[in-house]
Amino acid sequence: MPHRSAEPLAWLAFSAGGVLAAVFAPVVLFLAGLALPLGWISADHAHLDDVLSHLLTRIVLLGICVAALFHFAHRFRYTLYDGLQLARYGTVITAGCYGLAMLGSAAAAAVLLLNR
Amino acid sequence: MTGPGALPRTYRPRPSIWWWVRKRSYLLFVLRELSSVFVAWFVALTLALVWSVERGAEQYERLLDVLSNPFAVALNVVALAFLLLHTITWFNLTPKAMPIRLFGARVPPVAIVAAQWAAFAAVSAFVIWLVVG
Repeated sequence: MPHRSAEPLAWLAFSAGGVLAAVFAPVVLFLAGLALPLGWISADHAHLDDVLSHLLTRIVLLGICVAALFHFAHRFRYTLYDGLQLARYGTVITAGCYGLAMLGSAAAAAVLLLNR
Repeated sequence: MTGPGALPRTYRPRPSIWWWVRKRSYLLFVLRELSSVFVAWFVALTLALVWSVERGAEQYERLLDVLSNPFAVALNVVALAFLLLHTITWFNLTPKAMPIRLFGARVPPVAIVAAQWAAFAAVSAFVIWLVVG
């Protein structure tokens, strides 16, 4: 297995992201994906802007986003290994999955921390 | 070398790529692993919301408009189902992955799962309160 020494770190990020996603993701997806667009609840834009532009909100969201992305990378990597029996392309898959998580984290940092 | 020990090494049948549809527990395992794709989608949606709200009321309305088309709604219904599957399986796994001892006795797994659902309810209520105001 390549990068054996990085494995505990990957697993730590995987479980941190797993916990945060388990607790935060359903309610956020319910609100942003269904309740707000379908008008089940209405949130005033100015109020939402206040809440979402608060520094504490941004820092918490950044932590959740980065951990969740590395959770995705780790789990999806093994889905490709086992589910599709692609273990022989291990190095490419590993680089692709964690690379995607790193790009996503950079994008999250840009959206959440720049131009506040 | 024609001993019986040499034979198994030369023949290894590859299981079908659909090995996981045959049994309910295998299917559930693969669905659970696939929930990770929707965890990534949750991040994308969160960032889209923050970005749009920051751009102003008009951009926020435009995002809600896009998200209210039937395809987006269907996608998000599926996403919510997968995210709940992630939550359920993750909470159920925690007492197995991390047994907790308190005052020398092992905390019963049911208590650990219940505590996590209490945290889930509290966080969900807090987030909704924060958004609705």
